[in-house]
Amino acid sequence: MSSDRQRKAAKIREVMREEGDAVRESAGHHNEMRKDAVARLDDYEDLRDRARAIKEDAIERLPELVDELTDSVEANGGHVYLAEDAADANDYITSVCADADTVVKSKSMTSEEVDVNDALHADGLDVWETDLGELILQVADDSPSHLIGPAMHFTTTEIADLFNDVFDPDEPLETPEELTAFARDLLSEKFAEADVGMTGANFLCADSGSMALVTSEGNARKTVQATDTHIALAGVEKIVPSIEELYPFVELLAKSGTGQDLTSYVTMLSPPVDSPSQGVDGPMTAASADDRDFHLVLLDNGRMDMRDDDHLKETLYCIRCSACSNACANFQHVGGHAFGGETYSGGIGTGWEAGVHGLDSAGEFSDFCTGCSRCTTACPVEIDIPWINEVVRDRVNHQGREEGFDFLVDGLSPDAEPGRLDVEKRLFGNVGLLADAGSATAPLSNLVASFGPARDLMERVTGIDARRDLPEWQRETLQDWFARRGGSTVDEAAASRSAVLYPDVYTDHVQVERGKAAVRVLEALDVHVTIPDLPESGRAPLSQGMIDTADDRASAVYGGLAEHLDAGRDVVVIEPSDLAMFREDYEHFLPDASFERLSENAYEVFEYVYGRLDEGATLDALRAGHERLAYHAHCQQRTLDLAPYTESVLERLGYDLLTTDVECCGMAGSFGYKSEYYELSMDVGEDVREQLSTTDAADRRVVASGTSCLEQLSDLLRKPTRHPIEVVDPRR
Amino acid sequence: MSTTTTGAFADALAPLNGRVERVPAAEVAETIDAAAVAPAVGVPLDIDGVSLPDSVATDFSADGVESAATGVTPAALGVAEYGSLLLEHAPAGAEPAQLYPSTHVAVLRESDLYPDLESAWSEVAAAFDAGRDDAVLATGSSATADMGELVRGVHGPREVIVVLVEDR
Repeated sequence: MSSDRQRKAAKIREVMREEGDAVRESAGHHNEMRKDAVARLDDYEDLRDRARAIKEDAIERLPELVDELTDSVEANGGHVYLAEDAADANDYITSVCADADTVVKSKSMTSEEVDVNDALHADGLDVWETDLGELILQVADDSPSHLIGPAMHFTTTEIADLFNDVFDPDEPLETPEELTAFARDLLSEKFAEADVGMTGANFLCADSGSMALVTSEGNARKTVQATDTHIALAGVEKIVPSIEELYPFVELLAKSGTGQDLTSYVTMLSPPVDSPSQGVDGPMTAASADDRDFHLVLLDNGRMDMRDDDHLKETLYCIRCSACSNACANFQHVGGHAFGGETYSGGIGTGWEAGVHGLDSAGEFSDFCTGCSRCTTACPVEIDIPWINEVVRDRVNHQGREEGFDFLVDGLSPDAEPGRLDVEKRLFGNVGLLADAGSATAPLSNLVASFGPARDLMERVTGIDARRDLPEWQRETLQDWFARRGGSTVDEAAASRSAVLYPDVYTDHVQVERGKAAVRVLEALDVHVTIPDLPESGRAPLSQGMIDTADDRASAVYGGLAEHLDAGRDVVVIEPSDLAMFREDYEHFLPDASFERLSENAYEVFEYVYGRLDEGATLDALRAGHERLAYHAHCQQRTLDLAPYTESVLERLGYDLLTTDVECCGMAGSFGYKSEYYELSMDVGEDVREQLSTTDAADRRVVASGTSCLEQLSDLLRKPTRHPIEVVDPRR
Repeated sequence: MSTTTTGAFADALAPLNGRVERVPAAEVAETIDAAAVAPAVGVPLDIDGVSLPDSVATDFSADGVESAATGVTPAALGVAEYGSLLLEHAPAGAEPAQLYPSTHVAVLRESDLYPDLESAWSEVAAAFDAGRDDAVLATGSSATADMGELVRGVHGPREVIVVLVEDR
């Protein structure tokens, strides 16, 4: 392993050991709660569409909304300061606090982004975080590991040890109740003392100058109520046109984040408010807004540039609910201290870090996104988070490119990427070429690849972990076999349907048997089959952030399929990650009409079988049985909601089926092969291993749809695995 | 509005450390008196035929609200599906009375109960459009999970009791 990879592996190991269990329990729990909460909404998808549309419009009209908000806040008697960057924001905030001694703060990631506490401390101010999670971090001198549960990585015992050590209470603190009561009492004093209250803002309404503050503890409201000077620091992207537009966000935010219907307190304010403040002697009689001071600091810090960036722009729609983090298998296992940058963490963290702190901070962790797409259905504003990660990876690949030198190297490379590209990424990105060479020289290629010293060398040079079995290249590819048998046995003119079976790299070169099974199943359902020579889909280079190469592949695949689509043939795909390319990712690469045409005519193989049955084909020709099966669907197959087709067909054929509810096997394409991620990959896979090792599951034949899932399950369970199409193969 | 809405409201509040007492206007004062842990502070309710019991002090100071066990305030509306209350500030100190004591008694007219968040939100938006500048949509009690498991009563009340006034 190279020293960089070793360092990364060591850091991941440490974070998994120190913080993994606590993060996993909390993030995993919130993810399950989220699924239940959104399932209770009748109009969830409609609400997401509405939320998305409001954000698209607001970001489009942002300069105009900034002006409108400024006018509204000033009309209410407040001040607005547009801060260009962190230093500018901190200068303004410290100047407002010039006469203050104590500042109380409610939780704000934006204040973490600018490190305002450091600036206030440098000015001699006493600053207190009043959100208990943030208080823990302040006391521990630590940083947030999650957008809404910033101290998620701490266990109760660790917090108790920390508080007992720092505060030395009369009776040592032990339980969550005791710790909470202690913090409440401590902060009550701080609220009473404080001169300035600082908050963020979850949303800002341009027309009225109102803001929404969402907390479960009530601390934001107390921060505003208890102090005469209120400073709100918010990114410019938080503006929506009016309070009416807040409805879908209020409905979605808590459900997406923690799975609660609503967070305990949604505070709506148009400051300065005239509620009486604390710390005033005597009766609380009518107060006036004149007694209070309000400063809204609107932070740019790269956001206006993000708005002009076609790919990072979507990040600005983020409402920071943390659903993408909680839904992510890798995040659940390492948390934001590995899967995160200077401030922001998780899938969308890559977009935020790239926009506000730059590519160095974002590039460091964007690889943790495996592109599995689970977060895309969890995001309440429908952000294509994997795409943002792929774009950032691509930019990191191109960073610091020196044209003269790279021009030479590029000429020798098989892809469209710069010479600087990491060997590991280049290797995985060009897996199609590797497969051609592997099959052409099999079995010699497999022998060499399984030779110990060669594997060590390979690990050092390419980053492929020596503990992984490598794909066994088949000498006779699916295409060779199909040609040798003389093409389809079903005459096209007489067939019910005609389909292209897409020869993905793994089916063509490694999992050839599942390809043969698919051909026979389709033919048994009266489908004429064609297997043209088509390139790799672009999934492999896309996952390495090699976007130009993926784009080239998409054009070549479409070019090769166009005449078949013209001829009325359907496209049947075995590998779910390739189908996801055709149905989702090609939108970025192909003209709209081409994309729509391919996406509408491409089917997952069991989806297609199911469709044929719907059209009246009978199951008789397929292999029925009562065998006990355990089925693990692929992550992208789950996102596209395709797993039920496989389950339905297998059950209708009589099989006794157990379906895993663990969403991720941990392999995620090439991710689990990489030496720096191997241990994380196996750790993530532990859940599915456990589920498939129970008494009810252990004796079942294991079937899975994705190539990398099959390989991971073989490694985890130490037994052979199959694609389900092989189970129903009439010739089996 | 049917009692089903009231039932849904009570069901939603129950797991959030909240409960509902549905009474005629004439019985509100005694219900508050029975529910409020002393010392109690409160603000005028401004609901026809409804008054505060003598046990609730209305001329409280900042210190008074900090040491009170119960705060009694009106709620502007309720959201049946989630058990939420819209709490508006009032010059007499409604906001600190809702926020500081560990028991909050909210008095809500049954006719101000909306079935769902969307219908209630139109009212919230209308109130802000009409010039309201400070309100909280509070759902159950103050809560945190930051110390490792759910604890109620952090910076806000631990318990919420809604006195629902039968007015239809």
